[in-house]
Amino acid sequence: MISILSSILTVLCGFALAPLLLGVVNRTKAVFAGRKGQPLLQLYFDLTRLIGKGAVYSRTTSWVFRAGPIVGLAAIAIAMTLVPFGGSRGLVSFAGDFFFVAYLLGILRFLWVVAALDTGSSFEGMGASREVAFSALAEPALLLALTAVAWMTRSLSLSEMVGRLSWTLGPGVAPIAMVGCTLFVVFLAENARIPVDDPNTHLELTMIHEVMVLDHSGPDFAMIQYTAALKFWLLGAILIGVLLPLEGLPMIIRFLVSVAGMFTLAVLVGIVESTMARLRLLKVPQLLAGACALAIFALILVVR
Amino acid sequence: MAILISIAILLISGVVCLGVGRKGALAGWIGATGTVVACALGLIPALTILLTGMRVRTGWDWTVPGGSLRIHLDGLSAFFLVPILLISGLGAIYGRGYLHAHEGRRNLGPVWFFYALLTAAMTLVVIADNAILFLMAWEIMSLASFALVMFDGDDPSVRHAGWTYLIAMHLGTAFLLVMFLLLAGGGSLDFDQLHCQPRQTFLIFLLAVIGFGTKAGFMPLHVWLPEAHPAAPSHVSAVMSGVMIKTGIYGLMRTLTFFDSVPDLAGWILLGIGMSSGILGVLFALAQHDLKRLLAYHSVENIGIIALGMGLGLLGMSRSIPALAVFGFAGALLHVLNHALFKGLLFFGAGAILHSTGTRQIDQLGGLIRKMPFTAATFLIGSIAICGLIPLNGFISEFLIYLGALQMPMPGLSAFAVGFVVIGSLALIGGLAVACFTKAFGIVFLGEPRHIPLDGVHEVGPSMLTAMGIPAALCILIGIASPLIFLLLQPAIGILTGLPAEKFEVSWSQAVSSLVAISVIGLILWLGIFLLAVLRRAILKRRPVESSVTWDCGYAAPAARMQYTATSFAGPLTNLFGLLMQSRSHRQLPSGLFPRQASVETHTPDVFQRFFYTPIFNALVWISRAVRRLQHGRVHLYILYIVLTLLALILWSLA
Amino acid sequence: MREWIDLLMVLVAVTNLAILGVSRLRTCIRLSAIQGAMLGCLPLMVAPLESWTPLLLALVTIALKGWVLPALLERSLVEANVQREVQPFVGYNASILIGVIAIAASFWFNTRLPLPFDPPGTLMIPTAFFGVLVGLFILVSRKIALNQVIGYLVLENGIYTFGLVLMPHQTLMVELGILLDLFVGVFVMGIAIFQINREFDHIDADRMTGLRDWSDE
Repeated sequence: MISILSSILTVLCGFALAPLLLGVVNRTKAVFAGRKGQPLLQLYFDLTRLIGKGAVYSRTTSWVFRAGPIVGLAAIAIAMTLVPFGGSRGLVSFAGDFFFVAYLLGILRFLWVVAALDTGSSFEGMGASREVAFSALAEPALLLALTAVAWMTRSLSLSEMVGRLSWTLGPGVAPIAMVGCTLFVVFLAENARIPVDDPNTHLELTMIHEVMVLDHSGPDFAMIQYTAALKFWLLGAILIGVLLPLEGLPMIIRFLVSVAGMFTLAVLVGIVESTMARLRLLKVPQLLAGACALAIFALILVVR
Repeated sequence: MAILISIAILLISGVVCLGVGRKGALAGWIGATGTVVACALGLIPALTILLTGMRVRTGWDWTVPGGSLRIHLDGLSAFFLVPILLISGLGAIYGRGYLHAHEGRRNLGPVWFFYALLTAAMTLVVIADNAILFLMAWEIMSLASFALVMFDGDDPSVRHAGWTYLIAMHLGTAFLLVMFLLLAGGGSLDFDQLHCQPRQTFLIFLLAVIGFGTKAGFMPLHVWLPEAHPAAPSHVSAVMSGVMIKTGIYGLMRTLTFFDSVPDLAGWILLGIGMSSGILGVLFALAQHDLKRLLAYHSVENIGIIALGMGLGLLGMSRSIPALAVFGFAGALLHVLNHALFKGLLFFGAGAILHSTGTRQIDQLGGLIRKMPFTAATFLIGSIAICGLIPLNGFISEFLIYLGALQMPMPGLSAFAVGFVVIGSLALIGGLAVACFTKAFGIVFLGEPRHIPLDGVHEVGPSMLTAMGIPAALCILIGIASPLIFLLLQPAIGILTGLPAEKFEVSWSQAVSSLVAISVIGLILWLGIFLLAVLRRAILKRRPVESSVTWDCGYAAPAARMQYTATSFAGPLTNLFGLLMQSRSHRQLPSGLFPRQASVETHTPDVFQRFFYTPIFNALVWISRAVRRLQHGRVHLYILYIVLTLLALILWSLA
Repeated sequence: MREWIDLLMVLVAVTNLAILGVSRLRTCIRLSAIQGAMLGCLPLMVAPLESWTPLLLALVTIALKGWVLPALLERSLVEANVQREVQPFVGYNASILIGVIAIAASFWFNTRLPLPFDPPGTLMIPTAFFGVLVGLFILVSRKIALNQVIGYLVLENGIYTFGLVLMPHQTLMVELGILLDLFVGVFVMGIAIFQINREFDHIDADRMTGLRDWSDE
């Protein structure tokens, strides 16, 4: 009973804190650029403002366009309940649930992409095309890395996979570090961050995620923004959960350390974005293929 | 037995159609009704057997040497009967509307006759209990479908496709003939007498893979598939792509039951085939411009997924790991059913598009959702299902295969190989399939019309809509009722693995709890979507909701021609995998200050056809040409041949 | 100590993988330098520290592979004025894929090749195989002649690792011989590249077919 309660609380905590993480990323970038930057709670303000607005739909669009944000939010909300955080298990967990989470991200992507194509805009088509191309490479990287974790921890569900990798010095560190690198690259790619995509460029031909959602407005756009924030939290929670060896510690400490880990991750993303340039689009597959290669190498080392 | 009655109904209605073919409407009515009734009747014993797990056998003697008219219906046959009868029945309903345009213009009798014959032959293939009967049904199936492919035989490309198909099928059958002879070992050709000598196991396995793989469309043997499937009328494409190629899978699975033990290598071979078929199939699909050809290549991909599952199953059997065997075969079998449903649905959808726009070229279409809302909705469901996404049926079978891949015992490189091959390729296939079907659905149905104006486009008739609606509903149903579907798989898996019930239950119980969770979450997802939709409607009720043009990024005159096309949408991925695909492009780049004309055209012909089969067949043609010199038409020289032959024989016998 | 050797081997393998996927020539050279330096530490870990030979070998290897040879290569990179891109015949993604397959293959070879004695680290032999395979692949798949030198270096690193498996069994002299060989090889190659560049204005191995002694006409 208590464990269910704590699962519910941590899931709710994820829903509440997710937009704050993006605020932390932006604040870090501002500090690096020597600016004061937007308030930490900016995304919350944006979301309330957008929900309060009406909507404008393109005459070209159909119900598919309107379904995109809804299905995306529903899928990511369900994925949130499967991912454990801060010492509590996921609200639901079963053997092979990491495949389920990856495929929930798949349905989200599918609907967002067709919603982008529904507008008939060449810009959004371009973004959609890049999105499917890069995610097709990110998906094997994610699943292979999680498989390596599953084998290292001898368990098939996310809730049992987190917190159990031990960083004792020796050859066992190598696959953990590799899986960590892979998951971090996937995290950056799936969340449309530098070096794969630049969330700050608007109306340029170089971007991916932002250009796909150009036509959404009002509550729809709020859902898109919130979904993106939740996705950031979700993949971050998987990354943090897998990498931090917290098993055995008291619940409250695990929770606090995990939250601190999430914010550190956000700061890290901010640092990456401030110090690196976006890769040329042709180079992105190379990065993702490298991430896949590391995951595969980790798999070999694990089963050896 | 009801199944024999349904075959009889099929044959009778087919022959009657042949007679009344000139009166198109009557032929259509009789053909469709006969097929639907027969299929419905046939489904009853199939489902009974699946639910009770019985095995029925009956037969009569036959004058054909080695043959006997023995048929049987066990879990495996019955499981394959379900998609065969279901899709054939739906295809008949669909064909009634699809062929309506041709009524009165041409003789539709043969189409309905061959369609009924094809259905009957497929049914007979899976219930045959004797090798001769099996091969005859197999041959009738190939010939009937060949005749159907040739429906538009006036078109040279269709003729070419038809001949490619016929040749491929017969080459495949030749291997099967040898295989059955080896299995019989000079004895009876009844299935329960067939037995594989331990020494010959691998040889027979290879013969089966080549022979049945040609029908199923395993990657290097698939070349006929993307030619023949698009050429046939759409309801026939749906039957061919959805269920007829599965008879190849059935044959392979049936052959496995003749084996005492399976070599490890057999499993690895199937995993390799699965990987190549899956990845290359979806890549070639991605590069196609023709909607039906795209779907045909996707069949190769899905056969690849099925082969991955079977490979896991075989490894599980050869290494005695029950969980691996159960999950592998369960995934493969369920994917057979799932693929039949969504591929049938998608071909029906493609046919509807062809029917109302007159083209299959993806790049010419656009915006059809406004005129064909129902087709669009079902096509979207099919697309999501074929990508294996939650909450539809495709995910369930892929999930079982994923779960199987994690069952290999740990330390050991084979665990890595299985994980890498199965999980890596399934994940890549999944990602690429999303690219492929967002392209197919998005470009065809969404956006603004590209070349075909929407004025003449209309939604198709009720019979075609029914045929699309039922599989779409089943896709949703299997997605949220997967634990129940397992009950149908149980007898077939039992036959394939030969495991005792208690071991079987232990392995299976692991998956059941996952499947229950997936079903419940799937339902919650549907509910969540519904609630969010209601919520948004409530929010927007009191707010201004406007319509406007698509945001044009400040460019003043956007036009429909500037939309992303299917080719450009697939561009990043086809470039990335250019090494494998060898696309050819003809570019005329704009040049000068006021460029006049510019164009780009890409083709992605099949690599295997181009670099493997064409050279072989060219060499054959060259040899035949050389031999042809012997055939010059001069009678006295022919007599000389005879004399020379006789002399040679005499000399040989004397020496 | 075994764990540390294995960890080092993983790092070496990762540098190999990186060399396959990196597009800048200069980065490739640096990576091979890092790899050389890491392998230079290996003799100290493999053999007991009581004699002076491992120390000598380590010092020579680090100096040569970690510093002299890369410096030579960088110098010819500057002097030959080569383009900075690697220019592979096989694309980077395909190279990475081939690298992954090569890793799996090396581990498989390892299971098939039982040694009469216990190697100092369990990962040494697969890594050695992997180095050889990657070196060979780079030799055949890259255009610019400098890459051939890098491939040669990587290949030699693989052989060197393999040699160190036998270290307790006295192969120091063999190893030193190989090192000398390599040194001369790279030295000659460096000079040759410089000269070829002066003659041809490029060091594109793909276009050097003019050097063959028969012609098409």
